[in-house]
Amino acid sequence: MRKATLMQGNEAVALGAIEAGVRFFGGYPITPSTEIAEKMAELLPKVGGKFVQMEDEIASMGAVLGASLAGSKALTATSGPGFSLKQELIGYAAEAEIPAVIVDVQRVGPSTGQPTSPSQGDVMQARWGTHGDHPMIVISPWTVRECFDMAVEAVNLAERFRQPVILLMDEIVGHLRERVELPEAEDIHIYPRRKPKKTREEGYQPYAVGDDLVPDVADFGAGYRIHVTGLIHDETGFPSGSPAVTKKVIHRLHQKIMIARDEVIKTEALLLEDAQYAVVAFGGTARTAYQAVLNARKKGVKVGMLRLRTIWPFAQEAVAALAEKVRGIVVPELNYGQLAGEVQRAAGGACPVRLLAKYNAEIFTPGEIEEAVMAMAGGNE
Amino acid sequence: MSEMRFSGSGGQGVITCAIILAQAAVEEGKNAIQSQAYGPAARGGSSKAEVIISDEAIYHPHVEAPDFMLAMTQEAADKYWQDLKADGTLLLDERLVPNPPAFAHTIRIPITHIAMSKIGKALFANIVALGAAVRITGAVGYETVAACVAHRVPPATVESNMKALKAGYDAADELMR
Repeated sequence: MRKATLMQGNEAVALGAIEAGVRFFGGYPITPSTEIAEKMAELLPKVGGKFVQMEDEIASMGAVLGASLAGSKALTATSGPGFSLKQELIGYAAEAEIPAVIVDVQRVGPSTGQPTSPSQGDVMQARWGTHGDHPMIVISPWTVRECFDMAVEAVNLAERFRQPVILLMDEIVGHLRERVELPEAEDIHIYPRRKPKKTREEGYQPYAVGDDLVPDVADFGAGYRIHVTGLIHDETGFPSGSPAVTKKVIHRLHQKIMIARDEVIKTEALLLEDAQYAVVAFGGTARTAYQAVLNARKKGVKVGMLRLRTIWPFAQEAVAALAEKVRGIVVPELNYGQLAGEVQRAAGGACPVRLLAKYNAEIFTPGEIEEAVMAMAGGNE
Repeated sequence: MSEMRFSGSGGQGVITCAIILAQAAVEEGKNAIQSQAYGPAARGGSSKAEVIISDEAIYHPHVEAPDFMLAMTQEAADKYWQDLKADGTLLLDERLVPNPPAFAHTIRIPITHIAMSKIGKALFANIVALGAAVRITGAVGYETVAACVAHRVPPATVESNMKALKAGYDAADELMR
C-alpha cells in the first residue's frame, strides 16, 4: 500500500486510468467531471501521453476512438449533457469493437439540469443511450478507493472485450474527498491491448474471433490493412448486407459479454447472511443506504445490502437469489425510478420491491432510507 | 466522531478551508472525508463544505448535525445554524454576520477584517477561519494544519498564510480563555 492521503474521487479516476495504461484523453470540461480532465492534463504529459481538449463533446469521443484504433488506451470524462452527445459514437465503438472508457459523473437532468447537484439519472442512458441492439458494460464505485480500482477495471474490461465501458459515477463520489490508500503498481492487474495472432500471409482477418468471441483487431500502423466501419461487417471488416452476417454479428456482440458474465458482473453482499430485508443500492447512494442498514440493525431489524458494482449487464442472478431469500427489498436511487424496475423484474414477484426515489438535487439522508426499511419490515410483521 | 460544516459564499474559500482540515486529519492517521455543495456560479451564491473525522469507517458523506460550524455570511448563518448539535459551537465572521443567530455557544471573530488588517488581503480570510477552527475544535494539531497549509498554497504566499493561520488561532484562543 502507498501512503494514506486525502484524495478526491475524480482525481482517483485519473490516477487509476494512468495506472491502467491510458495514454490518451480527449475531452471537454463539464461539471462535475472536470477534475478528471484537469488531472489527466497534468499527468499524461509526464508519462508520454497526450491530452487534447477538443472543441466539443462529440469530437472528444471521436478523438478517443481514433486514439484507441491507433493503439492507445483511451478515456474521456463527461456528465449527462455530454454523455447524451457522445452516444452516437459510443454505438460506433460497440459495432466497430473499439476499446474506450467513458466516465459519466452524473448530475441532475434532463438537459443542463442542476449542473453541480448529485443525481443517478443516467442508469438507463448508460444502457440504452445509443440505438440498436448492443451489450453495455457499466460499473459504478462507492468509495474513492473504488474510483481508482474501477478506473483500472473499466480500462481492462474495454481492452478485454474490445467494447465501450461506462464508469458511471455520481457527484457524491466524484467530488468526495476521503482517506485512501492506493495499491502498489505491482499489485495492479493490467489487461494488455490485444494483438493479432496471425500474419497477413497466414490469412489474418481483423474481425475473426476465437473461443472468447472477441476479435483481435490490429492497431492502425501495426502493419495490417484494417477497415473500420459502423456498418454491419463480416470478418474482413468490410460491410455486408447479408441477413446471416447481420444476425451473427449482433448475436456475437452480446455473446462475447454473456459467456464471460461471471467475470463482468460483480456485486457485494453486506450483512445479508441472516437478513430478512434488503436494500439494493449503488454508487454514492449505497454509502447512505449502508449507514441506514447499520442504524436499522441497531434497532433489531435484520436488514442487509446488496451493492451493485456492475450496473449493466444487470446482476439478474444475484438479485433473483436475494428475492428468494428475503421478505422485501428497498431500492433507493437518486432519480424518478430507473434501477428499481430491473430489480423488480429480476425478483419476479418472489418478494415485494419498493422504489425509494429522490430527485430534488439532494442526496438521501440515512433516516429516509431507514424509514423505508422500517416501513417494509413493520408492514410485513 | 467530529462533524464540521464550513459555509459562506463562493470565492470566500470555505471549501479549501475544509479540504486542508481533512488533509491534516489524514496526516495524523485519522479517517476523514470532505464533501461540498455549491451553486453553479464561481463567485457569489452559496457554498458549503463539510468534514467528518472519525476513528471508524465513514459511510454517509454529509453532515446532518455539526459539532462545529463556520458561517462567513449572514445568509449561511441563518440557513444552517439550527442544524448544530445543542452542545456544538458556531463560529461567525463578526462583521459579515451582523445579526448572530440566537445560539448559546457562538464565537464571533472579525475574520475577514483580520485578514485585511493584519495580512493585507481579504483573500486570507479562509486561513484565518481555519486557524480559529483548529483552536475551537481541537480536531487536529496546529503544526499538522500549518504543514498542510504550507504544502497547498503557492510558495510565495506561505509566509502570509502562516500569519493568517496564527492570527485566527490566537483570536479564538483569546476568546476561549
